[in-house]
Amino acid sequence: MHPAYSVILFTSLSGAGYGLLGLLGLTAGTTTSLPGPGTLIAAFLLAFLLITGGLLASTFHLGHPERAWRALSQWRSSWLSREGVLALATYPPALIFAWLAITDHDGGLLRVLGLVTAFLCAITVVATAMIYASLATIRQWHQPLVVPVYLAFALASGATLLLGFAVLGGQMQPGHLILAGGTLVLALLLKTLYWRAIDQEPLDLDMGKATGLGHLGRVRQWEGAHTAENFVQQEMGYRIGRRHAGKLRRLITFGLALALLCVLLTAVLPGSLGAFGVLLALAFTLAATLVERWLFFAEAQHVVTLYYGAERA
Amino acid sequence: MTSLPDTSAAGQKKLGLVIDLDTCVGCQACAVSCKEWNDQGMSAPLSDRDPHGADPLGVWLNRVHGYEAGEGAEAQGVYFPRSCLHCEDAACVTVCPTGASYKRAEDGIVLVDPDTCIGCKLCSWACPYGAREYDQDQGVMKKCTLCVDRIYNDNLQPEDRVPACVKACPTGARHFGDLGDPDSAVSRLVDEREGYGLLPELGYKPVNKYLPPRRRDAAAAPPSLASLAGEGDGLTERFFRWADRVLSR
Ligand code: SF4
Ligand code: SF4
Repeated sequence: MHPAYSVILFTSLSGAGYGLLGLLGLTAGTTTSLPGPGTLIAAFLLAFLLITGGLLASTFHLGHPERAWRALSQWRSSWLSREGVLALATYPPALIFAWLAITDHDGGLLRVLGLVTAFLCAITVVATAMIYASLATIRQWHQPLVVPVYLAFALASGATLLLGFAVLGGQMQPGHLILAGGTLVLALLLKTLYWRAIDQEPLDLDMGKATGLGHLGRVRQWEGAHTAENFVQQEMGYRIGRRHAGKLRRLITFGLALALLCVLLTAVLPGSLGAFGVLLALAFTLAATLVERWLFFAEAQHVVTLYYGAERA
Repeated sequence: MTSLPDTSAAGQKKLGLVIDLDTCVGCQACAVSCKEWNDQGMSAPLSDRDPHGADPLGVWLNRVHGYEAGEGAEAQGVYFPRSCLHCEDAACVTVCPTGASYKRAEDGIVLVDPDTCIGCKLCSWACPYGAREYDQDQGVMKKCTLCVDRIYNDNLQPEDRVPACVKACPTGARHFGDLGDPDSAVSRLVDEREGYGLLPELGYKPVNKYLPPRRRDAAAAPPSLASLAGEGDGLTERFFRWADRVLSR
């Protein structure tokens, strides 16, 4: 599948934003250890910036961005529509929650709104992942691990961001370190399992099945339907990623491992060195997420490629 | 509404095409006449980028592939037209976030409303058959309309109220009709010739059907070149065998 940069940016950035916002909500809902107002303002600002920026980025690849509001109408059947509705529905409780948290309100309402925000963040990310996971046409996306992987990467980038704010605001607690380290490990683990799953699944569709001519013997393409590439080939026939999948997978693994190492360093390094460590951890997490998202598209093979000469899908 | 209409009732009309892979000669007439009609009809325009340049890119709603099946002398060439199959379980419709993609309850035709499509392209991802092509210039998705602006068009002569591709096919390889009616000509054709739908594994339940090419029998195989020299004892055969020997030296 052709990796559209706006979609890669959207899912990575908004994922990080929802991760951060959701973890702030969870922290408020289950503990009393939210960072102080100054740090909170910065953290909420960045979370809303990432989410909103991501949402806007996702409209860049539309043919008619000015009609984007129409995408809110078909939530009964469409995961893309559900994602839009959930993304918008997250704003009101999240904004009130942010305001209560910043103004140092601490009571039942803050906790409830924190949990509601966390829940909405989580199901918005689930809806994003379901857009891909629900497509029976792409074997590498139609996988039970796609949703957990999206959630794990949102959590890992959100937790690393939260750790960053805690360190820079001088309010780091062991919980922040455990959360960042744990979610990074979780992301790496789930992604590795996902790769194993897609590698092990037999590619049991071939050109004979796609054309229904298999009963005549092996089927091959001997004359293309057109001499220049068409939209279908450009959008669905992307090959580069599949060719370099091995290297890119190692790159992602390496990036997440380095991020983890930096989180551990942050734990032991004093003061400003710790801040340096957490910034590095952030950079590695974000880079790994972007490459992961790119590869998610690039190594996905659409079944229509069978009509265009692919042997198996 | 991008929820699918309930088409389970008996007698539900399911308009579609039956394509005979045995008679199709790959002349591309259907593809060209589709482009021509729909470039002026309700899908207009079907934009082309750089049509006469080095890297043309254009929207076509019907594409004719050439495949070869079998090995050696058994191998046979098959031309394979591919367009929207107006599936019963059309995920291209249900994934659409705007309601621009819809399946008509009255006849099962799958259409895109160009006034509400946002051009997110998700429907093209959901179609296994590559039937949807994005119009770069208009920013909306295009697909086969089964010539909905011909088949119900009172301004046309009754014999012209069929899809443009059907009308254009010089070998009569394309048949149009109601596949929901078991007694229709197209349904009987499917029964007689063991017509099939594409990729049943994916569960889209395409309405369009394909009639398989007949297996080429041995008698129809082209004569082998060696037989020119002949096996017989006639004067010409002996002469050719002699000539063959001399020339092979
Ligand atoms: S062939 Fe593709 S575009 Fe046509 S109805 Fe089926 S899934 Fe939709
Ligand atoms: S491209 Fe248009 S028709 Fe297709 S899913 Fe998006 S809004 Fe619907």
